[in-house]
Amino acid sequence: MADNKFAAYICSGCGIGDVLNVGALEKIAQKEGKMAIVKNHPFLCNAEGVQLIKDDIANEGVTHLCIAACSRRAKAEAFSFPTVAVSRANLREGVLWVIAEGADHDEVRQEMAEDYVRMGCAEVKKMTLPGGNLKESSSKRILVVGGGMSGMTAALAAADAGYETVVVEKSGELGGFANKLLKRVPFSGPYAEPQPTGAANMTARVSHHPLIKVHLNSTLAETAGAPGRFNAKIAQESGAVAEELVGAIVQATGFTTYDIAKLPELGGGQANVVDQAGLEAMAKAANGGAIKRADGKEVKSVVFVQCAGQRDASGVHLPYCSGHCCATSIKQAMYFKDQNPDVDTVVIYQDLRVPGMGEDFYRSAQQKGVIFTKGKAGRVTGGDNCKVEFRDLILDEDTSAEADLVVLATGQVPSAGVNLDDWTATVTAAESGDETAKAKKIELQKTSVLNLTYRQGPDVPQFKYGFADSHFICFPYETRRTGIYAAGPVRRPMDMLQAQEDATGAALKAIQAVENAARGRAAHPRAWDLSFPKARLEGCTQCKRCTVECPFGAIDEDEKRFPLFNEERCRRCGTCMGACPVRVISFENYSCDTVGSQIKAVNIPDEFEEKPRILILACENDAYPALDMAGIQRITYSAYVRAIPVRCLGSVNTIWITDALNSGYDGVMMMGCKKGDDYQCHFVKGSEMAHYRMSKIGDTLKQLGLEPERVQTQEVAITDNARVARLIDEYVAQINEIGLSPMKGFG
Amino acid sequence: MTTANQNALAKYKNNFLKEVEANVEDGHWVKMCMQCGVCAGSCPLGPHWEHSPQKLFMMIRAGKREEVLGSDSMWMCTSCYNCIVRCPRKLPITHIMHGLANYAHRLDLAPKGQPTRDIAKLFWDNLAKTGRVNELKFSLAMYFKDGFGQGVKNAMAMQATGLGLLKAKRLNPMEIIGGHKCKDISGIKKMIAKAREIEDRRRGLA
Ligand code: SF4
Ligand code: SF4
Ligand code: SF4
Repeated sequence: MADNKFAAYICSGCGIGDVLNVGALEKIAQKEGKMAIVKNHPFLCNAEGVQLIKDDIANEGVTHLCIAACSRRAKAEAFSFPTVAVSRANLREGVLWVIAEGADHDEVRQEMAEDYVRMGCAEVKKMTLPGGNLKESSSKRILVVGGGMSGMTAALAAADAGYETVVVEKSGELGGFANKLLKRVPFSGPYAEPQPTGAANMTARVSHHPLIKVHLNSTLAETAGAPGRFNAKIAQESGAVAEELVGAIVQATGFTTYDIAKLPELGGGQANVVDQAGLEAMAKAANGGAIKRADGKEVKSVVFVQCAGQRDASGVHLPYCSGHCCATSIKQAMYFKDQNPDVDTVVIYQDLRVPGMGEDFYRSAQQKGVIFTKGKAGRVTGGDNCKVEFRDLILDEDTSAEADLVVLATGQVPSAGVNLDDWTATVTAAESGDETAKAKKIELQKTSVLNLTYRQGPDVPQFKYGFADSHFICFPYETRRTGIYAAGPVRRPMDMLQAQEDATGAALKAIQAVENAARGRAAHPRAWDLSFPKARLEGCTQCKRCTVECPFGAIDEDEKRFPLFNEERCRRCGTCMGACPVRVISFENYSCDTVGSQIKAVNIPDEFEEKPRILILACENDAYPALDMAGIQRITYSAYVRAIPVRCLGSVNTIWITDALNSGYDGVMMMGCKKGDDYQCHFVKGSEMAHYRMSKIGDTLKQLGLEPERVQTQEVAITDNARVARLIDEYVAQINEIGLSPMKGFG
Repeated sequence: MTTANQNALAKYKNNFLKEVEANVEDGHWVKMCMQCGVCAGSCPLGPHWEHSPQKLFMMIRAGKREEVLGSDSMWMCTSCYNCIVRCPRKLPITHIMHGLANYAHRLDLAPKGQPTRDIAKLFWDNLAKTGRVNELKFSLAMYFKDGFGQGVKNAMAMQATGLGLLKAKRLNPMEIIGGHKCKDISGIKKMIAKAREIEDRRRGLA
């Protein structure tokens, strides 16, 4: 620590030197930034410029350097100096390209550049080089929970890539739901005929693969640890418990079919009304012959009712579409037509949805004479002569069709384990002594799939409609439990082909996770990151905000109820750092100080100069790139803003806001990703947390005697380059209207 | 096949669809319609008739035999081919429309007094007589198809046009007596009879 040596390098290339006074910037770095070495170079990112820096590191013992050139997102390879701490002052995308040309703007442009140099120097002084979290032994084995098509696909993908894999299957055989099917829909051209499921082949491959170990009739009794060091206790039928040490987990626990007994209005529970699974059983029993009903009568006419108990807006049944059932009904109608073309097969659909190449399959069924009717079924009566009453939506009339058999296309219900919201509420009640809650907790625990020992609950969080977690919009494989990946219909409704593709992806994610864990690095989306949060527990008040707010369940509690960080589970978002009211959590290269010192480094003009200063805290995943891209497109914005990239809006600690306002900034703009149900936040909850925290900042503002408009939070997508510039200019205009901050000069 | 006329048809069973497939030109395409409605939206006659091609095809599948064959919609088709060009399922819709019209006509289920049907009949009878269309007789037959009084009125209304055609030598008044014919009328008649026989046999209408 003693021998820190700070250096600043200012690039005058890319036109920077033509527009900015580089000599003045150098002086700032020297005098205010207190950099021991300050150099400028006309082309810093070329071999010569980089060599200049390398030489200083080697010969001058530079340990910390600030590169004042382009954005930190540019020239990352040229400016990669892994042995020293590096900060970047964004003169090109952040100043040169976004501030209007012309002498009128020379002064404010130069001031902006000088501030960025001050900030870069201040930041690097607070940084240390992350050491990583290399562990002696880290397991690269992969656990697959569920032995159906998804699970087997994931296991084979991982094992074929050379990773030892352990499969845990609840039932006595591999194959899952596919075992119940006579055939599956076709996956390859000409997409015309039902195909064998292939489950038997896969089962054989999995059973004989040298790298795959299968536990049948087994469930997970307990899963403890973190990526690279999960300890799974596997309860076997005999009562014995096997232990497996694994590095990552693929949860492929599939689905159950929606119970048709819940659909009495559609004949659920009545004779000769079956669901698709029921029809598969009949078709299997027929074994290529005529399909017969339970009463032995040969089926001569059959009606398929699509969307049975699905896409239901009333809130009683499934609100979603299960995606596979149209193609499945097409396939099942073919079972009849292929055996006997004279069987009348009618499919009543609302919208026939056949993803992938299903349209060809649909056509093939039409060729075979399957009748498709756009309609909405109202009432189905079973019995010897079944009747489906429906509204024909093309002919616009109420009508009916009679048949020997009615098949209801019901949906997929995910087997995702415990709903964590329910769990947390129950646990909280149980802890305060509620007896029924205690009993409920035991019951809930029994339905858990993973039985994680995480403080946040025994399973992965659930997404909409009870499906296992997924970063649905941007990174569908990601869950909020690092190293645990959901695949197949447990994640969203899907057919077998999609499930297999999904499982392959999940296997690859699991491989990444074990490799990253072994290298002591973070997982997605900061997979290169060696830093991890450290807490000064002496200062911790045990408020538990970090534990609760960490979107990834990375923080447990130790025996003394202090937060216990599991680095391998941590994604390095900094949400815990933003949450901590006493600011004891920090990363080596990102902390309350690295950002706080930048905020304080900015030169705040006094009120008579009439130059507002607005702080922008921009999420580095979307908002900061959008700002850069505004520059690349030469979209201009006000020179009164100073932008600091943050890992996630969730990492924004309110101290930064109050510090900024106290030291005379006129406004603070926070830019993060979309929050809410359709979030795009890379860290899922970070942006939402930030919005929530800022909604509470009103009191603080009031105490300071400031208007609520002085803090603004915006949702910005990576494509919003033109919009960010507009938002900035609008905000500057708004600040000018309410007037400059009265706090100037007190900071 | 005429017995089918009396058939009580079960709804949403294949019976009528199969009848159409067997007897209507390009009728085997009807099952391939995916009910997208593009034809209905493309047809310039759309607002003027009761059943769009889309609806007719659904009605066939729903077993509405009387309504389909009694519909005047397929008679309204102008053969603009908009629908054929646009149908994503490549149904030869125009041809099916004509096929349906023809089949309904043959079964005599087509609407009586439907103008297109009447004109088509007049045209065909005129043509089949001499092997050539006698334009003068055809026009007169059309004028007078709704009776003598109406015929005179029609003729008066078209007087100027008629005189113009005469002057320009586009109309020969002598055509009224016999008019010119094909050389081998009996050969033509035999040919038509044979064609009809083949078609009837193919459609089971013999
Ligand atoms: S940095 Fe993010 S993932 Fe890591 S412990 Fe803190 S809140 Fe959790
Ligand atoms: S060809 Fe006939 S049915 Fe088709 S769009 Fe034209 S008029 Fe309508
Ligand atoms: S355009 Fe073709 S597929 Fe669409 S409704 Fe008309 S006939 Fe059917």
